[in-house]
Amino acid sequence: MNLDFTQMTPYIPYMLEGIWVTLKFVAVALLIGALIGTLLALFKISGPAPLRAFAVAYTSIFRGTPLILQLMLIYFAVPQLTGYDITPFLSAITAFGLNSAAYISEIIRAGIQAVDKGQVEAAQALGVPYRAMMKDIILPQAFKNILPALMNEVITLTKESALVSTIGYLDLMRRAQVVGASMYRQFEPLLFVGLIYWVLVMILTLIGRKIERRLKASDIR
Amino acid sequence: MISVKGLVKSFGDLEVLKGISTEVDAGQVIAVIGPSGSGKSTFLRCLNKLEEPTGGTVEIAGFNITDKKADIRAARQEIGMVFQHFHLFPHLTVLGNLTYAPMKVRGESKAQAEEKARTLLKRVGLSDKADSYPASLSGGQKQRVAIARALAMEPKLMLFDEPTSALDPEMVKEVLDVMKDLAKSGMTMIVVTHEMGFAREVADRVLFLDQGKLVEEGTPDEFFSNPKTDRARDFLEKVL
Ligand SMILES: Nc1ncnc2c1ncn2[C@@H]1O[C@H](COP(=O)(O)OP(=O)(O)OP(=O)(O)O)[C@@H](O)[C@H]1O
Ligand SMILES: [Mg+2]
Repeated sequence: MNLDFTQMTPYIPYMLEGIWVTLKFVAVALLIGALIGTLLALFKISGPAPLRAFAVAYTSIFRGTPLILQLMLIYFAVPQLTGYDITPFLSAITAFGLNSAAYISEIIRAGIQAVDKGQVEAAQALGVPYRAMMKDIILPQAFKNILPALMNEVITLTKESALVSTIGYLDLMRRAQVVGASMYRQFEPLLFVGLIYWVLVMILTLIGRKIERRLKASDIR
Repeated sequence: MISVKGLVKSFGDLEVLKGISTEVDAGQVIAVIGPSGSGKSTFLRCLNKLEEPTGGTVEIAGFNITDKKADIRAARQEIGMVFQHFHLFPHLTVLGNLTYAPMKVRGESKAQAEEKARTLLKRVGLSDKADSYPASLSGGQKQRVAIARALAMEPKLMLFDEPTSALDPEMVKEVLDVMKDLAKSGMTMIVVTHEMGFAREVADRVLFLDQGKLVEEGTPDEFFSNPKTDRARDFLEKVL
């Protein structure tokens, strides 16, 4: 065994800072994904034919190609095509936001369509307008189906976020590599951030379970 | 109150209603009966455009709803509907179920809507359930709440699609009693039902549908004791 964590000590604050960098970028990407994803889901459910076709094609493309390819395309293609020198942060939130929008739109669509069709008919029969029906009757019920799946997406996104190290964005993963290179020891810093990722995911999982349990409880009340 | 002329409804190639015409006056109670799959539900759902009629005209509560320019939401406010499976809003309390549409659609104040809701709950015998959630109610209680929810919109007429078919036998009566009471109060009602006793006792007129056609129409006395067609006779032999 040739493990030595003591050498790493001075670099620890630098690597811990990566937690916030990673979380910040995941949060922004998630926000973008949720906004666009909701819009896409509504297109799929009740949009006019061209918008529906667009949403379906969008989802198919972003789910059907590697995320790292989408990231590279945005990072390298934007400067080449437009001359605009896009920052790693901007490329990262764009790629991850657009990508998670595709997944989130499917989560929301499935969640809405799992609501009993009788709910729509009951609201229609009472003369409730479409928007009010969606907001007050359908979405609150769909939310219970959506939230657990959404938590999974947050976890996936947190892990996959390590991909942005490939374009030089200084997230947790990238910091481990930087530290590894300057100490000529890769193994220890990688193990260290690996542990951090695992703890993050565990925390998210626990939060998800708690939410799920609370939703179940409100079903029986 | 209702005038249906040559109503046709197809699902793809399947013609479910094959030209139905009938008139209903204000205050009448109509029982719609017929074998399973004859088109009873589809007929009822064409009356408030939950199904889009393929042909013919439907005038109801002062609206020609088969006219493309008709304000369908305004029409639906005048037409209460009660479903076989209740379709209460599970995330709202009983009171919430009764006040939601009056506040949202009719623009009533909360106080106004709640006062009316409590009066209606009293009328259907559920005053003590105002703050309960639907999941905690029995089937019969759910259906009575559903009736009260429809009445809270102060409709001109009420449509019922097999309101007691999903209920345990011991709960059928409590729902039928509410409906009888409603009929007595002068409400115009179209009731799709398998409860022949109810049709006989309460209905002013019986419509017998078979294979998408209005085969026979008459007073309960005429229809039950002296059916004119073989199809009606066959059907009655099976169900009575
Ligand atoms: N949305 C639909 N799409 C395709 N076919 C349908 C649809 N709704 C009803 N049908 C068909 O139309 C026919 C009449 O159905 P409907 O529900 O009106 O019958 P019903 O008289 O109410 O029967 P039941 O007593 O079983 O409720 C049936 O053959 C049914 O399969
Ligand atoms: Mg039916």
